[in-house]
Amino acid sequence: MTSVLEAHGLGKRYGRRWALRECSIDIPAGHVVGLVGPNGAGKTTLLKLASGQLEPTTGGITVLGGRPAGGRAQLAKVGFVAQDTPVYAGLSVADHLRLGARLNLRWDAAMARERIARLGLAPAQRAGKLSGGQRAQLALTLGLAKRPELLILDEPVASLDPLARREFMQGLMEATVEHEFSVVLSSHLVSDLERVCDFLIVIVDSRVQVAGETDKLLATHYRLTGPRRDPDRLPADQHVISASHTERQSTYVIRTDAPIHDPAWTVTGLSLEDLVLAYMDRRTVENRRVALEVRR
Amino acid sequence: MEISVIEFHLDAKSGLSPYLQLVQQVRHALRLGMLREGDQLPTVKEVVAQLAINANTVLKAYRELEHEGLVAARPGVGTFVTATLTDTSLAAHGPLRLELRRWLAKARRAGLDDESIEALFMTTFRTAAEEDIA
Repeated sequence: MTSVLEAHGLGKRYGRRWALRECSIDIPAGHVVGLVGPNGAGKTTLLKLASGQLEPTTGGITVLGGRPAGGRAQLAKVGFVAQDTPVYAGLSVADHLRLGARLNLRWDAAMARERIARLGLAPAQRAGKLSGGQRAQLALTLGLAKRPELLILDEPVASLDPLARREFMQGLMEATVEHEFSVVLSSHLVSDLERVCDFLIVIVDSRVQVAGETDKLLATHYRLTGPRRDPDRLPADQHVISASHTERQSTYVIRTDAPIHDPAWTVTGLSLEDLVLAYMDRRTVENRRVALEVRR
Repeated sequence: MEISVIEFHLDAKSGLSPYLQLVQQVRHALRLGMLREGDQLPTVKEVVAQLAINANTVLKAYRELEHEGLVAARPGVGTFVTATLTDTSLAAHGPLRLELRRWLAKARRAGLDDESIEALFMTTFRTAAEEDIA
C-alpha cells in the first residue's frame, strides 16, 4: 500500500525561528490520523506543507506519491479544511456548492446536496448567518464533496460547542466508511481525537515526538511506579518518556517492546491522553535528571 | 434499512478501550437474551455515525466476536448473531453467587473492608489469569 504522507528531514523556518524541524514520518493510507500538540507546536505548518501552501526549507515531503500542489491531479486528490473551518460570509450555502462544482474536478454534487439537506441548511442562507456548527458542517461538506483521497483538517472543532463537535465528528467518520479516504486532522486536545484516530502524531516544540498506530502506541507504553531509582539503572530497551521522583518513589513513563519483569515496579497501562501528556512533559525529564544527580 | 436490535454506547471513564466496550456490550446483550441467534448487529457505518468513532474500532470488535464464534459476517449484508450465551452459563450463576456470598461473609469476619476485598479479588483474579496464560 502506498503512503499517504511521507516526509524526510522536513523543516520549515520563518526568519530565524524553526516552525518545524527534522520531521521524518511515514503514514500508511487508510488511516484517520490525529496530529496533536500544544498551540504553536508546528501542526499547522506541517499541514500546510502537506497541502502545498508552504514550501519546505529543508528536506522533502510526498503526499499520495506526488509533490504537494504539484499540478491539477494532485490538487484534486487532497482536500484541505483550514483552521476554524472558514467559509465566505457573503455567499449563500448554494453559492458555496456552485463554487465547489466549478473548482473541483471530481465534485460530487449529489452528495453535497444530500448532506446539506440532511443537515437542514437552507440553500439560500448566507454563510455569515450560520451558526458555528453549521459553518463547520458546510466547510466539511465542501471538503467531502471534493471526493479527495486525503482530507486534511486543521483544528476543525476547536471553536465548536460539545454538541457541534460531536455532530461534526459523526459526519466525518460516517463519510470515511462510505467513501474510503484517508484523514489527517489536528487538535490541541487529545479528547477530540481519542475515539476517531487510529494513528497518532505528537508534535511538541517544532518536532515530532512520536508517531504510530494508536493501538501499537498504547501497547508499548507503560507507567512504572516503585522505589526511587535513577534512569540509568533501567534496562537499555526501556526508553524513558517522562519521569518524576520523590524522596522515596520514582514514576516513569517508558516505551518498550519487551515485557517488564522487574517485580519492584507496579506496571500500569496508559490512556492516550496520559501518553500524549508524557511526551509533552518530556523536556522536564532532562531537568529532573540533573536534580536527581545533585541530590545524590 | 432494518432497525437494529441493540444500540452501543461508550463510557469514557470505564478504562476499557472502546473496542472492548463494544465486545462486552454484545456479550452482555447475549447473556441477557436481548440479542438472539439470527439478529443483525448494527452496521459499521451505523455505529461509526452514532458514536463518532473510527471504523477500525468497530471492525476489530466484530472480528473479535467472530473469532469467539458469537457472530458471523455475511459480506455485503451485515454481521449476524450465530450463538447464544444464555443457556449453560446462566444456570451456573446461582450456585456461584451463593459461594461468593459465603466467601465475602468470611472475608468480612476476618476484618477486611470493601477496598481490601476488592484488591484481594482483583490481584488473585489477575494472577490466576496470568498463570492460565503461562
